Amino acid sequence: MPLDLIAAAFGPVQQDYLLEARQMQAMSFMVHIPLVCFGVAFPAFVVFAEWRHLRTGDPVYRTLARRWSKVMLALFAVGVVTGTILSFELGLLWPGFTAAFGDVFGLGFTLEAFSFFIEAIFIAIYVYGWDRLSPRAHLLTGIPVIVAGITGSFFVISVNAWMNSPSGFRVENGQAVDIEPWGALFGNDYLAHEVVHMYVAAYIVAGFVLAAVYGWQWLKGNRERYVRAALTISLTAAAIAAPVQLIVGDWAARTVAQEQPVKLASFENLEQTTKGASFSIPGGPEIPNLLSLLAFHDPDATVTGLDSVPPDDRPPVGIVRASFLTMVGIGTLLAALAACVLYVRVRKRRLPESRWFWRATIAAGPLSVVALIAGWVTTEVGRQPWVVYGVMRTEEAVTGAGGVPVGYATLALVYLATLAAVVWILRRLAARPLEEDVPAHG
Amino acid sequence: MAEIPILLILAGLALYTVLGGADFGAGLWELTARGERNTALRDHTHRAMAPVWEANHVWLIFALTMCWTCYPEAFTSIASTLSIPLFVAAVGIIMRGAAYALRAGVSSPREEGTISLLFALSSLLTPFALGAVVGGIASGRVPVGNAQGDEITSWLNGTSLLIGTLAVVTSAYLAAVYLAGDARRMGSDEVADAFRRRALLAGVVAGAIAAAGPFVLNADAPGLYDGLTGGAGLAALLASAAAGLVALALVANRRYEPARVAAAAAVVAIVAGWGIAQQPEILPGLTIEQAAAGDATIAAVLIGFTAGMLILLPSLAYLFRLVLTGRFDPAVPLPEGADARGSGIVGDLPDERGDAPVGAAAGLRPVLGAGAVTALGAAVTFFSDAPLRSVGVAAMLLGAAACFVAVASLDDAEAGP
Repeated sequence: MPLDLIAAAFGPVQQDYLLEARQMQAMSFMVHIPLVCFGVAFPAFVVFAEWRHLRTGDPVYRTLARRWSKVMLALFAVGVVTGTILSFELGLLWPGFTAAFGDVFGLGFTLEAFSFFIEAIFIAIYVYGWDRLSPRAHLLTGIPVIVAGITGSFFVISVNAWMNSPSGFRVENGQAVDIEPWGALFGNDYLAHEVVHMYVAAYIVAGFVLAAVYGWQWLKGNRERYVRAALTISLTAAAIAAPVQLIVGDWAARTVAQEQPVKLASFENLEQTTKGASFSIPGGPEIPNLLSLLAFHDPDATVTGLDSVPPDDRPPVGIVRASFLTMVGIGTLLAALAACVLYVRVRKRRLPESRWFWRATIAAGPLSVVALIAGWVTTEVGRQPWVVYGVMRTEEAVTGAGGVPVGYATLALVYLATLAAVVWILRRLAARPLEEDVPAHG
Repeated sequence: MAEIPILLILAGLALYTVLGGADFGAGLWELTARGERNTALRDHTHRAMAPVWEANHVWLIFALTMCWTCYPEAFTSIASTLSIPLFVAAVGIIMRGAAYALRAGVSSPREEGTISLLFALSSLLTPFALGAVVGGIASGRVPVGNAQGDEITSWLNGTSLLIGTLAVVTSAYLAAVYLAGDARRMGSDEVADAFRRRALLAGVVAGAIAAAGPFVLNADAPGLYDGLTGGAGLAALLASAAAGLVALALVANRRYEPARVAAAAAVVAIVAGWGIAQQPEILPGLTIEQAAAGDATIAAVLIGFTAGMLILLPSLAYLFRLVLTGRFDPAVPLPEGADARGSGIVGDLPDERGDAPVGAAAGLRPVLGAGAVTALGAAVTFFSDAPLRSVGVAAMLLGAAACFVAVASLDDAEAGP
């Protein structure tokens, strides 16, 4: 079969449910991405707790590490299967995209599969190896779990970064040619800031979600050392990551301003290219020159407007702007909460006492997840109408198969049931008495 | 070069059939072991599978990613035409993971029964659906293009039904052989015998279905039939049948270790036979050569594969060694070096920690140092552009990690001893 015939077989298709296909993909990401945060950050918390135990002999940290490791494994299991769905969807929903560019971006997923393998192997050894390996060997088996969490997200995000900043190929007759897979994935301009942004977000989300759970206990009057130790680790991690994220976010915004000006214009709904563009805060004032300052660190810089491209090439501005504001707003509040934590922890050597602080912490858990999802909506909806920015439109990528709404509804039900199951397991694990996790012998 | 990835994909699929299949099969046996009196069987199943099931499932992800990278048009033709069974398989995989995670929280037999049911359902759905996908491809029902084949008959046909059913029964068989061997290693002969009976039953059923196979293929997929009844294809088919019979005889004689190897060999041989029967075409009218990505992509994937294997193989060997030598079994004495005296592990980390007495925590100095590095890194990140910015980012992240260790290690003034 000649190459041009193959390409023609993947020509435009009739798909009445493109929007549903996009929503189904978005839903799958929204379920998976909070679990990724736990896959990335939680192993570091668990290994840190175990290390504290070995360093100080304090048994409370051992109990904490053992209990957390079980939660980590249960969340990893759900993360594995929701991640598998995403790889199926690359073929099920977006065959046009994968057929044309699988040979450009696929390497990232091949490498990720190995990363994932290492994580699955060592997470099992770590969790089932308590009391079976020497303490030091056991601690060491936690290290590959942390590293594989980092490399796994690195490889997956390299693909997303390439979709936003495509390079390393040429298109000829609908086919990618002259492909340089390494350069495309790891040499693009988006990889560094996207990886760091997501990685720091993982610590914020895992930290604040855990702190919300134990903060609830604290508010109910439980001040056991176990709860204090859990809060110390989770709140410290989130409190250091949250201010760092402001700096990383600034870096991300400046890169978007240069590489995807239309996406940046959507953040402010900036119709026309403007010198010294202002930024309006919803329900608040319009601050002159702020957008130029944020985007280029120069109050008089010229910001490209939406009118630089035809209307068909613009993303749905309302969604992009709302998610951007949500992410930035929550991120700023979290950084303020983080400052309180760090001040009290370092100056007074304790956890904050104020009931309002703990109420805010309980809110911070779910809010950090909202900010995480809003951030991904900002970058992914902001990339529209392109699946590969400036190269392939999303409508050229979609499947020609029927039944998209049926699949969407089924998957939504399955995910609702999975969510209920996860909540049920976590409540069950938390309700077990602490003694169960103290070694039986001795 | 175009053929190397397809060999690796077939190897990955064979491994997934053997290892992932054994995991799914275990779910089916949970269904046959309901009620109080079979608690030992169910507990054994769970214990034997828990540490390895996730790693066993990654072989599928490996095969998928290799396939869409190295043969993108073939992969997407398959995925778009066979979207229904693939979606069903995906839902089954979610159920498998959920059942595993849920088992961590069960406290009553009734709850456990519900979860077994979920696991068993996934064990039926996923192997059957994936077998049906293979049937659709092998019988030439997937044309090149975006959803160009029939959405129903591409997987609802004689070949798909044959391979789907065979996949379910083979999974059950592989699981029973594995679990019988594992039970005997742990010294529970009663459980081992229970799984031996199950293995023999499943083995005979699998053999009967396989024996009917040639008739189905002759009628439904003549191309595949011809490939498997002549030359190297026939050799593979016969090798698979022989290995299957040998495995069954070994199970009957309670020689589970070699039986595992023979059963795996039967699977590998039939996967190889499929590959031989179908080559050089991957889909009708599309040869492997035409479907393959360019040399640059395949070279990159092979480099990544080799590097990945260098890390993966020792890790996987370590995991399986721990599992198969019973290190994760309950009630095993602690290894050398582990302190059996309660939680005071400090006892075995003696003198080198002498400068850090129990309970000692870091002071303020490391906090300030790490904080300064983080702040400096943040300033460089904020005020500079590439390439200097990378230095700032690295300093900021390393500083933040050090900050975490320093701040989280500070004494908790209110915690008490």
